[in-house]
Amino acid sequence: MLLSIGRSLGWRLAQAGLVAILVGVLSFAMMRALPGDMIFRIAAARFGYDNVTAENAELVRSQIGDPAGISAFLGWIAGLFRGDLGTSLVTGETVLAEIAHQFGATAELAGVAILLSLLIGPPLGLWAGLHPGGWFDRATVLLASVFKATPQFLLGLVLIVVVAIGMGLLPAAGHGEARHLILPGLTLALGLAANTTRITREAVVQARDSDWWRFARWKGLSERQVVLRHGLRHVAVPVLTLIAAQFVALMEGVVVVETIFGWPGIGHALVHAVFHRDVPMVQGTALIMGLAFVLINALADIAARVLDPREAAQ
Amino acid sequence: MFRTLTLSLLMAGTALPAMANDGVLDVVAPFELTGADPVTSGHVFLKMDVTETLVDADAEGRLVPGLATEWKSSADGLDWIFTLRDNVSFHDGSAMDGAAAAKALDWLRANGGLLAKAPVAAISSEDQTVTITLTEPFAMLPAMLAEHRSAIIAPSSFAGGPVTEVIGTGPYRVTEFSPPNKMTVEAFGDYWGDAAAIDRAVYHGVGRSETRALMAESGDADITLSLDPASFTRLKGAEGLQVRSAPIPRVLMLKVNSEIFDQATRKALSLAIDRAGIAKAVLRYETGATQMFPPGMAGWHDTTLAPLAYDPEAAKAALAEAGWLPNAEGILEKDGKPMEIELLTYPDRPELPLVAAVLEQQFAALGAKPVINSTNFSEIPAKHNDGTLSTALFARNFALVPDPVGTLLQDYAPGGDWGAMGWSNGDFTKGVKAMAAGTAPEGTREDLVATLHEEMPVLPIAWYELNMAVSDEVSGVVIDPFERTLGLASVTWAE
Repeated sequence: MLLSIGRSLGWRLAQAGLVAILVGVLSFAMMRALPGDMIFRIAAARFGYDNVTAENAELVRSQIGDPAGISAFLGWIAGLFRGDLGTSLVTGETVLAEIAHQFGATAELAGVAILLSLLIGPPLGLWAGLHPGGWFDRATVLLASVFKATPQFLLGLVLIVVVAIGMGLLPAAGHGEARHLILPGLTLALGLAANTTRITREAVVQARDSDWWRFARWKGLSERQVVLRHGLRHVAVPVLTLIAAQFVALMEGVVVVETIFGWPGIGHALVHAVFHRDVPMVQGTALIMGLAFVLINALADIAARVLDPREAAQ
Repeated sequence: MFRTLTLSLLMAGTALPAMANDGVLDVVAPFELTGADPVTSGHVFLKMDVTETLVDADAEGRLVPGLATEWKSSADGLDWIFTLRDNVSFHDGSAMDGAAAAKALDWLRANGGLLAKAPVAAISSEDQTVTITLTEPFAMLPAMLAEHRSAIIAPSSFAGGPVTEVIGTGPYRVTEFSPPNKMTVEAFGDYWGDAAAIDRAVYHGVGRSETRALMAESGDADITLSLDPASFTRLKGAEGLQVRSAPIPRVLMLKVNSEIFDQATRKALSLAIDRAGIAKAVLRYETGATQMFPPGMAGWHDTTLAPLAYDPEAAKAALAEAGWLPNAEGILEKDGKPMEIELLTYPDRPELPLVAAVLEQQFAALGAKPVINSTNFSEIPAKHNDGTLSTALFARNFALVPDPVGTLLQDYAPGGDWGAMGWSNGDFTKGVKAMAAGTAPEGTREDLVATLHEEMPVLPIAWYELNMAVSDEVSGVVIDPFERTLGLASVTWAE
């Protein structure tokens, strides 16, 4: 099993290297291909619309040179080997410091969202799967479809209106305290839980249909015992794989949710960096997001192998 | 069961009541923090009373003492001496003296501050005075020093080149600076003037106007700036807060490339714009612009001018007279070229694309071929400079410097990125420069206003209103037409 985990880790590491190079090249090429004068965009981001003028653009040009030049790209690659992602063309901060702040905020939000979705989804799915066809099962199908189909910006606004304004329980938006996490976390979690509920439910139904379940029941275990001793582990594998996949969806949803709740996350940072033609920020953000995907998938692989040793044994 | 319990505990534990009077004054505005220097985020630092300027402006735009108690110029108008206030210290404890102020002004001048636009030869200092030596007389200088990009920051904040920390002299000092969304400030104990009434305040940069309105409504925000027209109307009836608005010297206008569209054509296009309709339906204002400068700009708004009219039939006739005649497809043509109008605008101000859509229809009704290009606002100066701009719709503030001459100098003497393009009027340029130098004869201002009204280098469309929501929990918030201050340091909790 260890050998298999090692092999899988090696593969993921190679993947990570490939992602770094590809993301760097592609994001650079895409930034070059975008229309408009880059220097003006950068100046616009620095000075705001009342003050961006040709003179200020020239000032920026004299300070940073050509951000789309080949030397800028080679400099970025060289920096990569030193662990240096460069400095933002807009704020002058190091890209690493900016990402640490913004990726941290996103990771917090994503972590809370996944946690909340796990508290909501699997228990509902488990109950629905144990009673397929019942009213509870049918109700969860309906709810799951509703939450899956509701766009996140709408869900977010509804939650603000109901929880923050109607009940006055939580702040409508903002960042910095634990209570600011709940509403955006829940907005993301409800969409995710819709998926985990259904996947858990299917896995439970499938398990109940299997020979090992019938055998466990036949040897005298109660339904409760079967679920706790065998069922949960079986169900955990597809749920875990789903969570890894959801991470991608989460990054997508996070941009919208971050904007609505005034959250300083990485999605927000990437969108702004693209608007502002902040090339090193785009490259750095895309790189960190790419590596995060690889890392999450690697962790999911390992966890799945630990939970389900059969594959490794073959 | 256990999980549900944990969830409810988690929710209950964190669900503290989101009351506004939590001892912290929350300010919510659309502007994100980009950097720690006055050039990029200075307007936020000034509004949050973190930084101060040598010269201040009152609600009427008159210049009053700030960090400088008095200033005077030499007889030839080339040397300006600013006497600094005594016993002022920066937030890091260092003294704000002549040397520090001169260093700050030099840094700002070299890094895109407004002072870069003044004819400055050198900045020198002596004890508690700063002397600015000019290459030519320039009466606008004190007004330029009142702008946020001229705020005095501690030399220690830019020791290594770029500004790394916000260190000002204001009644509030920054305790946590986390761009792009948040800045926390605390009353500064050694402030030279009256100490801030409320100990802590937080600035939240929230880009979406719906979110800002919801924060105002839920009580998370004590002061909410810039509400969209729909939210403003909705919040009028909300409990626990008041909405306020005031006209500001910001004008929504259509910049027109005068090399493509001559004066007769520009005036005809102006006749085709239903300003009252746009103001009512899109902006929800009472009236549209009837001339360039709004009534609040005393001395610049001229009540004797004939209001800009809306008359599509007269517009068509005027275009025909100017040589634009319909071709076989009904498109207006002059010298074999169809009248193509690109309406360049940007969505950062949500009303601009909507206004552009109305203009598109109204120009199409004339027989022109309009097309909207809603993109990044930097395209406007970029296309102005490479000469490819057709028309551009934007909002320009004439009181960036409390005196509008500063903006006119940049934009219309004879042209500028955010003003006239391909237009030039020798007398006008001379008049603006004379006003800037302080040598203009009586009546110059009236002539300038009349020229803009007559020749229309840009077509004014509407006058902006600054709006905000203020929670009933606080009192003393100032609504400043020059968008410099909120009166934050003197805001108190309402009884």
